[in-house]
Amino acid sequence: MINTDILIVGAGPVGLFTVFEAGLLKMRCHLVDSLPIPGGQLAEIYPKKPIYDIPGYPTVLAGELVNNLMEQIKPFKPGFTLGERAEKIEKIDEKLYELTTNKGTKIQAPVIAIAAGLGCFEPRKPPIEDIDKFEEKGIDYIVKDPEKFRNKKLLIAGGGDSALDWTIELADIASEITLIHRRTSFRGALDSVDKVLALAKDKKVHLITQAQAIGVHGNGVLREVKIKSKELGEFSKEVDNFIPLFGLSPKLGPIAEWGLNINRSSISVNTEDYSTNIPGIYAIGDINDYPGKLKLILCGFHEGTLMVQSAFKYIYPDAKLSFKYTTVAGVNGFEE
Amino acid sequence: MSEDTINVTVIDREGKGHEIEAPTDMNFNLMEICKASDLPVEGICGGMALCASCHVYVLSEHELNDPSEDEEDMLDQAFFVEDNSRLSCQIKISKAIDGLKVKLAPVGE
Repeated sequence: MINTDILIVGAGPVGLFTVFEAGLLKMRCHLVDSLPIPGGQLAEIYPKKPIYDIPGYPTVLAGELVNNLMEQIKPFKPGFTLGERAEKIEKIDEKLYELTTNKGTKIQAPVIAIAAGLGCFEPRKPPIEDIDKFEEKGIDYIVKDPEKFRNKKLLIAGGGDSALDWTIELADIASEITLIHRRTSFRGALDSVDKVLALAKDKKVHLITQAQAIGVHGNGVLREVKIKSKELGEFSKEVDNFIPLFGLSPKLGPIAEWGLNINRSSISVNTEDYSTNIPGIYAIGDINDYPGKLKLILCGFHEGTLMVQSAFKYIYPDAKLSFKYTTVAGVNGFEE
Repeated sequence: MSEDTINVTVIDREGKGHEIEAPTDMNFNLMEICKASDLPVEGICGGMALCASCHVYVLSEHELNDPSEDEEDMLDQAFFVEDNSRLSCQIKISKAIDGLKVKLAPVGE
């Protein structure tokens, strides 16, 4: 069991900076994120892209901003539960929530700040008819255990690093492996591309380029995948397993079930303190919505800053909150 | 129609056509115009060719700029990609595309 003052759902830039502002008020934070690394979209979608509208930085790379934020919040020793999705919230006492992740980790806090951006990143699922019928029954979007595919006839689709890397890794495990890709060129690391091309040359991988999966068929379990190829036309391929690897895209996910007022995938908040309709639960950054909302990192920083003031008064209604500038008071981190 | 606007037609996923008037002098791209018209285009990355959530098929014969390597890379993560597939965020609203007709591509779950 993890206990903290503010449980932050989402370790993107806004969630991270909120740790700093909470820390100034002597409140501790714990962050949960479905991605295995902190930074959210900045880390997952565009780490190497420059951002030009962070005050004081004429330009900063998204990945660099994340690193700087991690450095900035270090004195406040935040806890992290990464690679786990916030699944369920229960009110277990007056002013105490318990959040459970998809892996069963439990975290308790009086205040929850949802800084989940566009939701949690999940594998992109091809819009193929009936594909959901074969999930876990021959179709996987993530490779958890390569051994599952031993001596199986395998079809992998995709042109990025994960498609290439798994093709290489599973080439020796599967009885037969086919990689299909939309184009003739791959966007993965050069080294991986070379390896896959070498495997294809040695007939260890069956490579079909300029092709896409367009149908899935089977009887309870997956039996064949229909492929459309520029060269070979439409044909069916008998397989035991199909692994479509098309990257990640964000989904609101379980947050939608938490009883919050949601309008077009965003959580409605009161702009006085970014509180939601549920006492003790706040929403900050890209996930919230209010009149005049702009989805900007700098606006999220502002929202987190105001939010922790309200959270402090909520947790300690009788304590006196005196506002101090960091320039005057410095940054006094936690001992441990 | 004023000097600085063009018309584009966007066919939604139900097959319904929407004629949209778009200003050419505000540096808009087609994804932004679709979003502004409340069409179901996500545009998650905000127009950086980094997410493939604004995939469209170009139906008219307009000569568009070739897709960049970034755009091609992202189309790899889209589904049902055809020869006329483009990311609408990479199509600039300009006089050259007046009368453009596109169809929204299907989205995955």
